[in-house]
Amino acid sequence: MRLGIDVGGTNTDAVILDEGNRLLAKCKTPDTDDVITGIEQAVSAVVQDADVDPKDITHAMLGTTQVTNAIIERRGLTRVGILRLGAPATKAIRPLAAWPEDLRDAVEGPASILPGGVEYDGRPISAFDETAVRDAVREMEDGIEAFAVSSVFSPVRDDDERRAAQIIREEAGEGKPISISSEIGSIGLLERENATVLNAAVTPVARRVVGAFEGALERLGISARLFLSQNDGTLMSLEYALRYPILTVACGPTNSIRGAAFLSGMSDAIVVDVGGTSTDVGVLAGGFPRESAVAVEIGGVQTNFRMPDLFSLGLGGGSIVRADGAAGVRIGPDSVGYALTEEALCFGGNTLTMTDIAVARGVAEIGEPDRVSVARELVDAAQERSRAMFEEAVDRVKTSAEEVPVIAVGGGSILFPDELTGVSRVHKPEHFEVANAVGAAIAQVSGTVDRVFSLAERSREDALEEARKTAFEDARRAGADEDSLEVVEIEEVPLAYLPGNAVRIKVKAAGRLKSYQGG
Amino acid sequence: MREYIDQESLEDLATGATVLGAGGGGDPYLGKLMARQAIELHGPVRLMQVAELPGEGLVLPVAMMGAPTVLVEKIPNGSELESVVRAIETRLGQQAVALMSAEAGGINSTIPIVAATELGLSLLDADGMGRAFPEIPMCSMSVRGISATPMALADEKGNLMLLETVDNAWTERLSRAATVEMGGSSIIALYPMTARQATSAVISGTMSRAIEIGERRRTARQQTLDPLGELLEATSGKILFRGKVVDVLRRTVGGFARGTARIEGLGEDTGATLQIEFQNENLVALRDGKPVATVPDLISVLDADTRAPVTTEGISYGQRVEVVGMPCAPIWREPGALEVAGPGYFGYPFEYFPLEEVEA
Repeated sequence: MRLGIDVGGTNTDAVILDEGNRLLAKCKTPDTDDVITGIEQAVSAVVQDADVDPKDITHAMLGTTQVTNAIIERRGLTRVGILRLGAPATKAIRPLAAWPEDLRDAVEGPASILPGGVEYDGRPISAFDETAVRDAVREMEDGIEAFAVSSVFSPVRDDDERRAAQIIREEAGEGKPISISSEIGSIGLLERENATVLNAAVTPVARRVVGAFEGALERLGISARLFLSQNDGTLMSLEYALRYPILTVACGPTNSIRGAAFLSGMSDAIVVDVGGTSTDVGVLAGGFPRESAVAVEIGGVQTNFRMPDLFSLGLGGGSIVRADGAAGVRIGPDSVGYALTEEALCFGGNTLTMTDIAVARGVAEIGEPDRVSVARELVDAAQERSRAMFEEAVDRVKTSAEEVPVIAVGGGSILFPDELTGVSRVHKPEHFEVANAVGAAIAQVSGTVDRVFSLAERSREDALEEARKTAFEDARRAGADEDSLEVVEIEEVPLAYLPGNAVRIKVKAAGRLKSYQGG
Repeated sequence: MREYIDQESLEDLATGATVLGAGGGGDPYLGKLMARQAIELHGPVRLMQVAELPGEGLVLPVAMMGAPTVLVEKIPNGSELESVVRAIETRLGQQAVALMSAEAGGINSTIPIVAATELGLSLLDADGMGRAFPEIPMCSMSVRGISATPMALADEKGNLMLLETVDNAWTERLSRAATVEMGGSSIIALYPMTARQATSAVISGTMSRAIEIGERRRTARQQTLDPLGELLEATSGKILFRGKVVDVLRRTVGGFARGTARIEGLGEDTGATLQIEFQNENLVALRDGKPVATVPDLISVLDADTRAPVTTEGISYGQRVEVVGMPCAPIWREPGALEVAGPGYFGYPFEYFPLEEVEA
């Protein structure tokens, strides 16, 4: 049996699925300040409700926003020793140049730009200087608990990053986390370096999350194999998560997209996740979220790693509805948020929210429907306005004008209309409100490679084969069952303005979790 | 007129440069970070007006050349700029009195600031395009018959090359090949000219103009003015179309990324279709098949919500956009100039017409 947990901005959700992936129990509880109490409450509730022996749970998956929150709130981060290899190139922009000052103060340790790195075609820029790296690490003060290493065009060749990491291990001692950029980001030195430094900075947060997760399940008598959800909708082992915690930052929306896919049985659709304050609209393509093509900002810092492409809309169950002269009605963008159960009309409050509109329309029975007395015109206007907002949001993420199916999930999806322009059909699958926890529970394990290959002295097939092998190896390291691995995505981009032999190849492989002893 | 470029006007300049990039020119973000660091170390840059130039003084444009995919990975050292400037100075036996931006659109708007502050030189309030273009001969200096050489190219390793060519087409060809060998990007100094030559060969006031576009956009947001109205006023531009992108076709022709975007009208433009043809930059806009704006006039696509410029790489289905046309610098409307940068040069079967002459 599998246990899926999702810690979101407002609620902690948990589900239990059996071997046939049937949902045995689900629970939604408010988040707690320490997070872990909420997890314990939700998990013990589903264990009881499903009436299962905790020992029968073989796998437990956690999707959590704690790492993201640590970055946004600048809490619990460690200072990072930063090495960049590529000198004399890149000196015109120092590491962390465009970071917000408060985040830089929390994270920035000693930084050096040293020789190393390669050109786009793999030729060295300058010879790797072992002594220089050793000296730089020795000069860093004792307080530095984590390291980040980036080198120019490391997605093409990462030798220098690996050599530098080895020297850091020798000098700083085993056990201090070392993040290397080729394992974290793709082309774009500054963004990749930023992501690598953030990854190193959140390692203490990751340790705490992983420790608390293990502790909570142990107290509940669950001895399952544990995993964390990552941005691309697949899982990583705790060991892998400790090395790449930054890969968890967007797992929430990804899990809801994957959960929507599973609950509806569809593999291509638009997924609309309606929450209390906002709605995330994403694209399910071939069973996975479509990834963003542009650099993604986290806590004010540009990064370029794997993130789902989302359009967010300030419309949710708690969005405030106001009559507005000529326009008729205005919805949001402000929301009563977590105070819905106090401020909304249907809960005896004084604020007209979108939830009240749903109650007034008779599509939802929440709180005390009698308390909601609103003019029919206003209800209709709010419904039409929200339909237009949803229509536009769905249209924005579409890639062509053709009609597409939509899967509506999340606690607020009662707001979502049954018919929209540009939409072939609206699916509201059973258990929609815990789609994200389901997404965590059913996740596969993946591996990705994103590199520039030079085709000057090798065939395209040869390069693709190497990319495939690297992706498979990456997935195996993350805990995938080798025999079940499949390539789920191949992208080939010839690089413009360069001689016709450079191509950027991205391959993603995914497979089933390797089951543990006999399970 | 502005006298200095400091950190604040740098931000504004970078914003303005994305508008003047007309969909191309490369993202000024990296150049902005380089200039930010250089100004932090060496102080603001003095902006010199063309009228202030001493008669025989040497004016020298500097720029980056190469593939955007390389620039985002292999950032320059910064010292390449000094070496190309010194190489030309040595070759000509004369010190530069001012540096200059070769193109105000995109990344090359900010690169010369790095050089100017490092070397303690003034930056001329001018450029050679008033926008962005993909090739070396497409600039006002070339139109005025000034040779791009002696030209210097440098990489971050310290390699330096001095180029003397028979014409500007050869300069483009040879420097492009050298840039590839240098790892796909290089720093260049070219079109050295006397102040007297510069007076008639450069597009005056472009830096101030780019800064003004950025500044108006920034303050419009603070004062809740209409940023679009501010942009149109700053550029003498006009709205060509409002609508939604319904189709984008891309193809690679002769090493250039060409493409077509189709936009379906919304609001007043409901029922009409605008087609934009691009090659790095937006080149022509056709309303229901009829040209309404063409290169060298500027065609800029803005996100309808944020009013941020949408690049030709970033334009995609579903975006709500406003398409703005802006008149090019007057020099581009001369017959000789239209030969190197008019619609005919890019293969379109119609003559150039000034944007303002088309009825809205």
